[in-house]
This record gives sequence, C-alpha cells and structure tokens, in this order.
Amino acid sequence: MAAAAEQEDEKDRRGDRGAGRGAGAPTPSLLIAGGRLIDPSQGLDGAYDLLIEDGRVAEVIARGGRGGQGERGGHEQGGSKRGEQSERGERGERGERKRGERGGGPARLDAAGLVVAPGLIDMHVHLREPGQEYKETVATGTMAAAAGGFTAVACMANTDPVNDNRSVTEHILAEARRHGYARVHPIGAVSKQLLGEELAEIGEMVRAGAVAVSDDGKPVMNAELMRRALLFAQHFDVPVIQHAEDLHLSGKGVMHEGEWSTRLGLAGIPGSAEDVMVARDLLLLEDTGGRYHVAHLSTARSLEMVRQARRRGLPATCEVTPHHLVLTDEEVARTVFSTQCKMKPPLRDERDRQALIAGLADGTVDAIASDHAPHHADEKDVEFDLAPFGILGLETTLALCLDRLVRPGVVSLSRLVELLSTGPARVLGLAGGTLRPGSAADVTLFDPEGEVTIAAASFFSRSRNTPFDGWTLRGRPAATLVGGRRVELPRR
Amino acid sequence: MTAASPVRWTREDLLGIAELSPGEIELILDTAESFREVGLRPIKKVPTMRGKTVVNLFFESSTRTRSSFEIAEKRLSADSLNFSASGSSLTKGESLVDTALNLQAMAPDLIVIRHAHPGAPHLLAEKLKAGVINAGDGAHEHPTQALLDAYTIRRHKGRLAGLKVAIVGDIEHSRVVRSNIHLLTKMGARVTVAGPRTMMPLGIERLGVEVAYSLDEAVRGADVIMMLRIQLERQGRMAFPSIREYFELFGLTSARLAGAAEDVIIMHPGPMNRGVEIASEVADGPYSVILEQVTHGVSVRMAVLYLLSGVHEETA
Repeated sequence: MAAAAEQEDEKDRRGDRGAGRGAGAPTPSLLIAGGRLIDPSQGLDGAYDLLIEDGRVAEVIARGGRGGQGERGGHEQGGSKRGEQSERGERGERGERKRGERGGGPARLDAAGLVVAPGLIDMHVHLREPGQEYKETVATGTMAAAAGGFTAVACMANTDPVNDNRSVTEHILAEARRHGYARVHPIGAVSKQLLGEELAEIGEMVRAGAVAVSDDGKPVMNAELMRRALLFAQHFDVPVIQHAEDLHLSGKGVMHEGEWSTRLGLAGIPGSAEDVMVARDLLLLEDTGGRYHVAHLSTARSLEMVRQARRRGLPATCEVTPHHLVLTDEEVARTVFSTQCKMKPPLRDERDRQALIAGLADGTVDAIASDHAPHHADEKDVEFDLAPFGILGLETTLALCLDRLVRPGVVSLSRLVELLSTGPARVLGLAGGTLRPGSAADVTLFDPEGEVTIAAASFFSRSRNTPFDGWTLRGRPAATLVGGRRVELPRR
Repeated sequence: MTAASPVRWTREDLLGIAELSPGEIELILDTAESFREVGLRPIKKVPTMRGKTVVNLFFESSTRTRSSFEIAEKRLSADSLNFSASGSSLTKGESLVDTALNLQAMAPDLIVIRHAHPGAPHLLAEKLKAGVINAGDGAHEHPTQALLDAYTIRRHKGRLAGLKVAIVGDIEHSRVVRSNIHLLTKMGARVTVAGPRTMMPLGIERLGVEVAYSLDEAVRGADVIMMLRIQLERQGRMAFPSIREYFELFGLTSARLAGAAEDVIIMHPGPMNRGVEIASEVADGPYSVILEQVTHGVSVRMAVLYLLSGVHEETA
C-alpha cells in the first residue's frame, strides 16, 4: 500500500534522532508479555504480547490460543523483514520459546495489568534549548517526556537563537543524540527570527531533520506570508502549524474574555482572537492546498470551522491541550490569580471545553499535545499581569487524560492512544505511532488504574510551572522503550 | 463598641468585597459610625492602635485614598510608613514579592497596598504574615471605596436595601464599580450599570446587575447616581471617538437629572473630570455628596484598620 511504503520512506529519513545514549551496542531481544496491547494503527486492542528484535517490532502475538485473522499482527505485513521469523513462532507460550539464533530466548518484560501502546508522541513542546537552558534543556525536557510516557517530542522553534536555519536544527538533533531520553523532532520557524516578514529556509531545515514549520508563540499575522508558507512548504511535504491568535484582538489580554475576566478585572482575550485566524487560514488553505495544522485549538467555533473544512476535503488538522480539556477560565478565580493558570491560548469557558471534548470523541481533533512550556519559578512568582504565558505538560498529560477523559468514558483507551500516538505521527508524517512489525520499537507502557499524586517538586523538567501540583489522578506511565531499549531515567 | 452587631470579625486581610458577608459589611459600617465622632473632636486622636505599625504601599499614584488612609492611621495613633513606587527599589528592578518580604522583615502589622495589577494584594497576602488591605488593584476591587460609598448612602437614605443605584461611565476599567456591585447587591440594592458599549465588559450582567446603554434609562427613578471617571490612562485604545461625543452620550447635566428620584444623591469616587463625565453644575449642585464621600472615607478606613489590626480582640 502506498501509505505503508511512504511510512517506510519516512523511517529512513527520520528514523534516527535522539534517545541515542547507549546507541551502538546491539539491542537485545525483548518480549513484552501479559499486557493489553492497544494499537489503533492496526485496529488491535486485546491480549497480545510484543516481540522486539534488533530494536524493531518483530511480532505481535495473540495470547489465549484462539485462532483467526488479526490476532497476530505480524504475518499480515508484507513489508516486514521479520515476517519469516514470526511465522515460526507458536502462539501461547512465548516465554518458553527458544530463538535458535539468539540462544537463550528474549528477555521478558512483564506487562500484566499494563497497557502496551505505540510510543506516545507530544507534538508540541518547548525544550528551550538553545538559549533558555535555565528553563529547560533537551536533556531535562526529554527526561520529562520519558517520565510522562512519551517516546518522542516535537519541539517548537522559539529558542534563542530561533530555529530558523539548519545549523540550529542540527544543534538540537545533536543534543538529542547525546543527551536525549526520547526522540526529538525539531519544528522549524515559518519566518526568519519569527518576525513574520520573510520565509525561513524551510527546505534546508527539513533536510536537516525538521518535521514541520511554525512560528509558535507568535501567530503568522500577515495573511500574505501565511499563504506563501502554505504554498512553499508543500515542496517539502511538511505541515504549517499555526498559533492562531489575532494580536490586535488579544491585545493586552491575559485570560479568556468572559464573566471571570470581568469579575477579576483582568484584560480579556476574546475567543474571536483565535477564530478569525483559523477562519482566515482555512480560506487561504482552500486556495493553496498543502497541510495546515492548528496548534492548541481552544474554542468551540474554531473547532467547528476545522470540522467543516475537513468535510469539504481540506487538509486541515488540529490539536488540543490537556489543560483546555480539563480546566476553564474559572480556575483563575478559584486559585486567586494563580499564574499557573496563565497561558496562551487562555483557559476558555465551559462551553468551549465541552466542544473540545466532543471533538475528541467525533474525530475532529487529531492529537492531544501538551504545549509543554517551561518557565522559571521566579518568572511565575509575580503579579498575574506580569507572568509569562505557559505551563508544563509532559509529566501530567497521560495521567490527566486517563483520569479525566478515559475514566468518565469520554474517550476509549484506544482513542486516547490514537490521540497521543497514531494521530500526531500522522499529522507530522512520522514513522512512529504504530507497533506494526518492522517499525521501530518505540513503546509506551502505562497503568490505567494506578493512582498518582502530581508532585511538581520531583518533576524531571527543570521547571515547576503546573496548575496540577498536588492533584491525585488515576492512570500513570510505567515505562517507555525507544528503539526497543527501555529508557532508564536517573534517580529523582 | 461592636456589641450591637452579631458578627465577629475574623479576617486578617481585606482583599475585596466579593468574599464578604452582609453581616461583615454591616459590622464595618457600624464600626465606622462609631469612629465618625473622633473626626468631630478638637483633638482628633484616639490611642486605639498605639504601637501598631502600618505600611502604606502605593505602587500607583493616589491622592485621596492615600491621604485618607494616612489620616485614619494617625487618628488611631498607629505608626505609619509611606512607600511609593517612585522612591523605592521597584525602580531598581526588585519584584513585588521581594519588596514585600523585605518590609515583612520589619514586622509591620498591616500593609495597605494600591497596585495597577489585579491580584497584587492577594499575592502579598499569601506571602506575608501582616494583614493586607487592598486600596485598589487594577480594575479588580477597591473595597474601602465601596464601603465609604455605602456608608455615605446609608447616612442619606437610612438603608441600602431596595434603593435603585445607577453607576455610569467606564465600567470596564473601574475597580470601584466591581466593589460597589458586590456590596450593593449583597445588601439588597438594585444596581444598573450604564456606559458606552465599548466600555462594557463581557458578562457584567452575571454579577447581578442590569445593563443600560443610555444615560436617561439608567437615571430614570434612581435614588443614587454614581459617576465614574473615564480612565484615559488605562485605555490602550480609545473606546470612543472624542470627549465631546462621550459627554453628549453619557455626561451628567442638570437637565438629564430630570428623570431621577426627587431626593437623588450624586456621587463620584474622584478624581473627577469636569465636562467629561459630569458637568460642574451637577458636581457642585444641591444633590452632590461628593465631598462628603471623602470625609466618610476616613471613618470607614479607621474602622477597617481597627478591625484588621486585631486590637478589638486584644481588648475584648
């Protein structure tokens, strides 16, 4: 199939990035046994073991001895180099099975009680390196990712210097290879210096490893530049990711404009600040083609516009953040002006929140992304008006989603895995998001029932800015594997 | 002296009206009543707060509120220290929290803060042992202003419940209007806010008020009219095309008072812009109680300082 072939190509182009510590040594075989395997890319959800060899998925093996198609994910995949070996396997007793060429069989990772999923991908994080290493680094940010169950992140370009040229892209990737605990996919800038004036060298950055372009943190305000970006990015088959905010409408606003901004006397950011940009961009997209993605979509109307655009066949995608799914603008009042509730876009009202949740369920939303935005405690310990926008997300996203979305039945576990793995992989054109035999063995194991109390003080992130500190949630990450190798984090 | 009120004061801070109960509001107003008499004596001083230290922390320019607090503190025999943004280390880049912690190290009993940013007093209250009095935080709250307004209304009308109060002007940028809405609605008054549509914050009706977009409609039958200053300095952008156009629409003149109650009182928190939101004939006219508000401000602030300083507990 064309899609499969394309994925193989992507793998060659984008396979090796980050999580490079310890690379070089042969990766031992591993059997992840006893878990509930969920892989929306293959329509799998059930009792399967996962065999990993040479850093790749070798076989998905059904337990319980029932026959029939689909129980073994392995042998249907024509492109799999492991297919032949898989055929030799026997269902049901993987633990005892000898693998002749290895002598001694694979190591075993007990996944009883755990969900085994394709590695989670956070397609929207700020690693702050280069330039703001006091907030976060590639090392600490990817540690936070691994601790939160993510095997890959895509990092935004608003570093210092800006990632608007290949040398910065290469620098980030080199740091990721040396110090990474997860794969790192850089996102290049749309415009030089994020100034919104001239296009950055998109092709150069993509050749160096960038997977998308975005001026995130700032919108592309100039409609003509946006049109040019949508056109030009098609040469490199990367999406243009928009931070949709009309700066004239958002003005000096610091929270959502509504009853709560009125009560608190804080300047408001109307929902229309997002909506007019999404509307404008979708009109442009209709003329240009290409791939357009709305970052951290936060309003009911923007979501509806994306839904309608997709119905018309436009290549538009969108992500939402866990905090917009869990909190509303009232939280600013409830926490008495806590700057941990200050981010862009701002926490919206309950109607918007419900609309986003509906968008998860009906498929309009392609991904949940955290917009992990580290800021130093000193920067947040100021008057609400003066605090920087943004909160952490990597170490809270999975628990929040399991507790607040899956437990109440808003989305199924399988849909959640799609939103956190398969979906972002598809939007960015990454090889991950699947446990198909032959693909790199990026795997996330999590315990959907395990209770966890969020403790910002023990985050791996270098920053502490979260509104969820002290929250007790059910659902927690258990382990990540990148390229078949279990990611070992330093002691906290 | 608070024996008449059934409510005991237990708060350490006065950050806003929103969180006060009607009983607490009444307690403050009753306490103010007992302090009013001090201002009428030849020697305007009582020893009530002797040995207590109050810091007046004004990060925003203020004449009325700051002088009023200072006089209240002096009449109560408190030691007070004035601190303003221009003469402080704030101009050297110190954060609010650090400034506050340094002041805390000098062990004041109360801190009175005026700040341009909503929530600044709440940030201090969270960090400091001293009690915090909000003397105005951005467009959020100005509790002592609402209390002195209520005190003034009560002296003229004998009650708050059932009165029709119109508040007219720059609703969006006004902390006075927010505190007044909370106070007056809690006490049973009917509040109408009026002003240009471009200065009406979204969802204001959720605070329990009616919204009018014409001055005549707001004034009709009003027992109390409060005019608000147009806060030109807070507007990033002009919400109306010219002062002339504003005055035409919402400026209060004698002619436009016609529809109000016969014994209407006209109030203004100051500073007043004559010829913008209010004509001199009204500001200086027979219905105006604007200068009385200033006088009562001292009594109300004495009451607040007294209750928060805890001396009523110590002497109990």
